[in-house]
Amino acid sequence: MASCFQSALHNLRETKVWKSVFRRGPANTNRTRSLAIFGNLFLHWMPVKVREKSLRVRASYYLGSISFILFIVLFVTGILLMFYYHPAAPNAYRDMKDLQFVVANGVFLRNLHRLAAHLMVFAVFWHMFHVFYRGGYKPPHEFNWVVGVVLLLLTLFLSYTGYLLPWDQLAFWAVTVGTNIISAMPFIGHKVRFLLLGGNIVGENALLRFYVLHVVILPLAAFVLIGIHFWRVQKDGGLTVKPKDEDGKE
Amino acid sequence: MAAPESETVKPKPEATKSTAADGGNANKADATKYVGTPAVGTSKAAAAGGLGTVGPEPSAANERRRRLVWCSVTAFLGAWVIAFLRFFLSRTLFEPPTIFKIGYPSDYALGVDSKFQQRYRIWVDRTPDRIFVIYARCTHLGCTPDWKASENKFKCPCHGSGYDSEGINFEGPAPRPMDRANVQLAPDGQIIVDTSRLFSWPKGQPSRFNDPGSYLPV
Repeated sequence: MASCFQSALHNLRETKVWKSVFRRGPANTNRTRSLAIFGNLFLHWMPVKVREKSLRVRASYYLGSISFILFIVLFVTGILLMFYYHPAAPNAYRDMKDLQFVVANGVFLRNLHRLAAHLMVFAVFWHMFHVFYRGGYKPPHEFNWVVGVVLLLLTLFLSYTGYLLPWDQLAFWAVTVGTNIISAMPFIGHKVRFLLLGGNIVGENALLRFYVLHVVILPLAAFVLIGIHFWRVQKDGGLTVKPKDEDGKE
Repeated sequence: MAAPESETVKPKPEATKSTAADGGNANKADATKYVGTPAVGTSKAAAAGGLGTVGPEPSAANERRRRLVWCSVTAFLGAWVIAFLRFFLSRTLFEPPTIFKIGYPSDYALGVDSKFQQRYRIWVDRTPDRIFVIYARCTHLGCTPDWKASENKFKCPCHGSGYDSEGINFEGPAPRPMDRANVQLAPDGQIIVDTSRLFSWPKGQPSRFNDPGSYLPV
């Protein structure tokens, strides 16, 4: 059975289509394995080789990967929710209720989006604390630490902008309170609040602005920064491994 | 950028091959094959005169010109971007009116009347000597407090600020009493309220609750 599968795979790799897509044969030596990573758009910013100890659970608890997977979950469920959601004043709340009670699998998607959002904030914070206690902010990782802090802020902004979209009492008053906190900023506070809300009250303009930030601007910024963040992990020489782990002892 | 670099430019392999007999002059011989002068900045021009001949002469004047051009472009784009930020501040707002009539002074009995809370976000408050209008926005972070008639106080559901029946804060995080809106009598005898003109009593500062326009004497 296994050999049958292998020969089928082998035949597939010999086809012209396979070769035109992947441009090289099986990755069975270190060199071809490296080339397979280099030559793939989706993998080329990943390291071609990693130290075994940096793959251990205790090296990272996979917190960055968990955050990234949650981000992908949020990306997919968010796009699906957009099929039923209008960012307008009477519709938004009703659409949210429709998703809960009318749309097939709507409540599953909405709750998945909500829970993944909560978990992502938790995972990103945990990731930050873990990196901090491992000294992951020290040279040569300073720049990536800063990128990570910006990603943490983006996560929080994404949560906050998403908070308004159900357009219920909690959303309305949470954003009222939050934007009033912004207006406590000296000199420019009221201007920033006006800019963010597109008016003086939390109304339709505010809903639309938060929607655009939530579904386009912030995810786009997060995607770009996540790309840089991953790429820099490799360029900066991989994960920060505890000195204890360097000796192979835990 | 220095001109002497042109001497060290390596001729292209094929150029060397075709004019190998010319020896050290391979570079120049290759270039003379073309009719006229090679276009500025092309690889042919570089082959003819060396890399140093590509682009403008690196003089102090050129450096200054280049800096001037870059500064101009940056300043123009920067000014344009700042001007474009105006885009995000809408010129028209579709918000509830801030000036409205709330009936006659005789409509209101002593105490707090919350009938316009939902519609205009105000409470009408009558004391023995005056009528004033409290703007129903908590001075902590802007929620609308509830009028608790049984406890004779306003209570904010967000963070628990409490105000007495005249809107004076006495518990919770609120930093000052609730603001009061401008009130006037219209020619028809009704009360006109303007919630865009508020009178406040910030902590440690003089009260503006006795200013003209902040209340109607009864």
